[in-house]
Amino acid sequence: MLDSRLFTLIFAGLFDGRGSVAFFAFDRLGDGPNMLKQVAPRLTPEQYEKNFSDINPPLTQSQALEEGSRCLFCYDAPCIKACPTEINVPQFIRQIGTGNVTGAATTILNANIMGHSCARVCPTSVLCEGACVLNYENKRPVDIGKLQRYAVDSVMDTLKLFEPPADNGKKVALIGAGPASLSCATELRRHGYQVTIFDANPLPGGLDTYGIAAYKLRASDAVREIELVRRLGVEIKSNVLVGKDATLVELEKNYDAIFIGIGLGGTDDLGIPGEDLEGCIDALTFIRETKENPFDKVLIGNKVAVIGGGNTAIDVVTAAHRLGAEEVYMIYRRGEAEASAFKYEIELAKKDEISFIWQAAPAKILGRGKVESLECVKTMLGPADASGRRSPQNISGSEFRLDVDMVIKALGQSKKTEFLQSISGMKLEKGRVVVNAETCQTANPKYFAGGDCVNGGGEVVDAVAHGKKAAAGIHAHLAGKAANMRGTHA
Amino acid sequence: MPDISVNFCGVKSPNPFWLGSGPPANTAYQVMRAFDAGWGGAVWKTIGEPIMNVSSRYGSIDYKNERMIGLNNIELISDRPIETNFTEITEVKKKYPKNVVVASLMVESKQTTWHEIVKRTNDSGADLIELNFGCPHGMSERGMGAAVGQVPEYAGMITAWVKEVAKIPVIVKLTPNVTDIAHMAATVNAAGADAVSLINTINSLVGVDLDTWVPRPIVGGASSHGGYCGPAVKPIALNMVASVSHHPKVNIPISGIGGIGNWRDAVEFMLLGSTSVQVCTAAMHYGFRIVEDMAEGLNNYLAEKGMQSAMELVGKSVNKVKDWGDLNLNYKVIAKIDPEKCIGCNLCYIACEDGAHQCITAAPRPFGDLREGTPAKHMPQIKEDHCVGCNLCALVCPVPQCITMQEIDTGRPPMNWRQLQESRGKNPTCSMDELLAKGASTH
Repeated sequence: MLDSRLFTLIFAGLFDGRGSVAFFAFDRLGDGPNMLKQVAPRLTPEQYEKNFSDINPPLTQSQALEEGSRCLFCYDAPCIKACPTEINVPQFIRQIGTGNVTGAATTILNANIMGHSCARVCPTSVLCEGACVLNYENKRPVDIGKLQRYAVDSVMDTLKLFEPPADNGKKVALIGAGPASLSCATELRRHGYQVTIFDANPLPGGLDTYGIAAYKLRASDAVREIELVRRLGVEIKSNVLVGKDATLVELEKNYDAIFIGIGLGGTDDLGIPGEDLEGCIDALTFIRETKENPFDKVLIGNKVAVIGGGNTAIDVVTAAHRLGAEEVYMIYRRGEAEASAFKYEIELAKKDEISFIWQAAPAKILGRGKVESLECVKTMLGPADASGRRSPQNISGSEFRLDVDMVIKALGQSKKTEFLQSISGMKLEKGRVVVNAETCQTANPKYFAGGDCVNGGGEVVDAVAHGKKAAAGIHAHLAGKAANMRGTHA
Repeated sequence: MPDISVNFCGVKSPNPFWLGSGPPANTAYQVMRAFDAGWGGAVWKTIGEPIMNVSSRYGSIDYKNERMIGLNNIELISDRPIETNFTEITEVKKKYPKNVVVASLMVESKQTTWHEIVKRTNDSGADLIELNFGCPHGMSERGMGAAVGQVPEYAGMITAWVKEVAKIPVIVKLTPNVTDIAHMAATVNAAGADAVSLINTINSLVGVDLDTWVPRPIVGGASSHGGYCGPAVKPIALNMVASVSHHPKVNIPISGIGGIGNWRDAVEFMLLGSTSVQVCTAAMHYGFRIVEDMAEGLNNYLAEKGMQSAMELVGKSVNKVKDWGDLNLNYKVIAKIDPEKCIGCNLCYIACEDGAHQCITAAPRPFGDLREGTPAKHMPQIKEDHCVGCNLCALVCPVPQCITMQEIDTGRPPMNWRQLQESRGKNPTCSMDELLAKGASTH
């Protein structure tokens, strides 16, 4: 692993002033422009910076105090109950108000070690802020997300959340350095476990680092947050792919329990002709490039079609637009009402002048070596299926073509079934790891799991909640004690 | 259109709103600006032998987004020559003959010194004199201000000296830093005062700087106690005005002071017996322009109430302030929560549970977020048979008119504590509840 001194050195070299990760820039992008029919015009550095500037700029102290004063300090507050990690929101807002910002950050991070990124990426309108009682008076809810960011940002780089007790002699390995593992590792340190996280990527954080739109969370900020976890004595081994660089057998031999927080795999294929053409890529690869590279080095077509109706599709269309693409289509086979993206995300894309094509499905991608156009077919919505959603049916003869330089697939993510099936006794259902809902223990009692690989894809905060629950489950399993459900209900 | 002018000791003021004696009424320039803005009168910053001031001089307390809900000052009386002040008073009265100018005075406790300054005031054109017997800081260390106002004999003696030569009505400004301000009012009334004004500022330390450990306001690494005023002192002032109004030996007009910032505050002071009101902190905070709404608001209020004159307000509430022992023990209200308005904050529950009488229930709120559908509104319930009708829940409820206190018919005739005591004397074997059930009318 990178010891903290070495990490600091790399950390210092990694990030340019804009917070993108320059060190790991993909070499193949050097000749990128030739790979597409037409690339988007390059923007000025100032324009990129403006386009990817913080969508929720931080509050000043004065703004935080004024906004915080709107909190009623509800008793048994609904914002706490609507947070999967049960952050004591009224308490931390009150602490901001008394000038006890360290206390506020501690309240947040004790409940949710990823409080920094959750403050930026949580869909607060359906979580804490959606539950705020001010909504009942048709008032704007308290801006909990921004207040949380204010508190955590203020002390994140110096705070030591707690003094871990002496080692209890037991070791836990965690696979994947995303929010679920980071949360689980933190909780385990409270009980004195030695914990080691193994991660295949150069930087920890999982989707937090690589998979969230840059205007919401820069990779540099995601990595800064993880320093909080390292400060508690959590070891993170990067560039280690479990199954290849380290075997499950080794882990099982050397560790008392293993937590699986590997998330999901790449984007599902469209299953249409032409997916192998240059310029057809999957959403997560695209977003990762915006997080790892300077914006002017990201390969982007001038006309871009994005397939999908979820929040990832929104992240992609907005990023494509902000990178300079002059025409961005978002194509979804159902209607706007059926799209799984949050309403506020769709509104954001509308502000970015994205061309929505509802009720259309991609049929084939055309081009000679490179993407040149996309043929789509219009759909009509049939009766509701078993899941309650109306299933789309293609309307024959309604085909139409879009002149595009790039097709980005933002369908659901695939499951890492192959790896999971290599663990003996592991039970999967539709590719998801089956766990005990209370303890997160899998069918193989040595293994626990949480996050996207269990819920099929949720929010960062859901993964954090799973991590806490799993830590309690692991502690109960190894220490023979009843699971201590430290505030979590996910 | 109602008449908002008032008659104070025979002096007519275009409205009851006067600037109180303090920084806003320090110079002719300020007072004329105030009269242009619409103030009916101004009590000049206290005139006496010019003093030295320190820097800084003010400290305040804020509450949430509201600045300066309480203001503390260690500033002394006018630092300008006596003659300058009187010359300016004359100038102002010439230009603004219809506005009221009150000369506030404070000199050392010698009869001749008082006679001199009062005679000078007589000649200045001022309408009234106000004796500053209240300044609680600095001046009191020199045997003036509150040092006089805290000793009835001194206050009475100096009032009498002033009255020996004064040709205009004399108001005595009272300090709240006494045990019984109404007794002070009665004393100066007996000594010949034509009116009283109250309250002056309250002894205070407004706060301590947590980094330097020096109380505020900081003067070179130290501080001194000061006088407290502003919105925070209003309830104290109202009570003192009411007690003076009630005193059987006080029969002179009152000029009300203490936390008045708008027409509503002014009306409250008038209802409790003030004929005019004095405003200082609010003018220091927002400037003279606040008087526009004060005048218009008072006007509209009088019109809504069908009243012809602001003078009709004076003292209307005095008889509604009673001794506790005169309150009806058989009157009962209980809290009602309007389920339409309730937002489910549970503040009423926790206030009642921890801070009052455990008369509200609230089930634990279930977990869940909006991804699983909109959660049902989670509302506390009043235990109506337990509710003592204390008001606390209604006070903490953030939604207007959500919790209301509703009168319950106890079926019992009125009975107060005094009547109950009498009844107990006559019926020593009856329980208190039996006596209350009968009510006072049976005796």
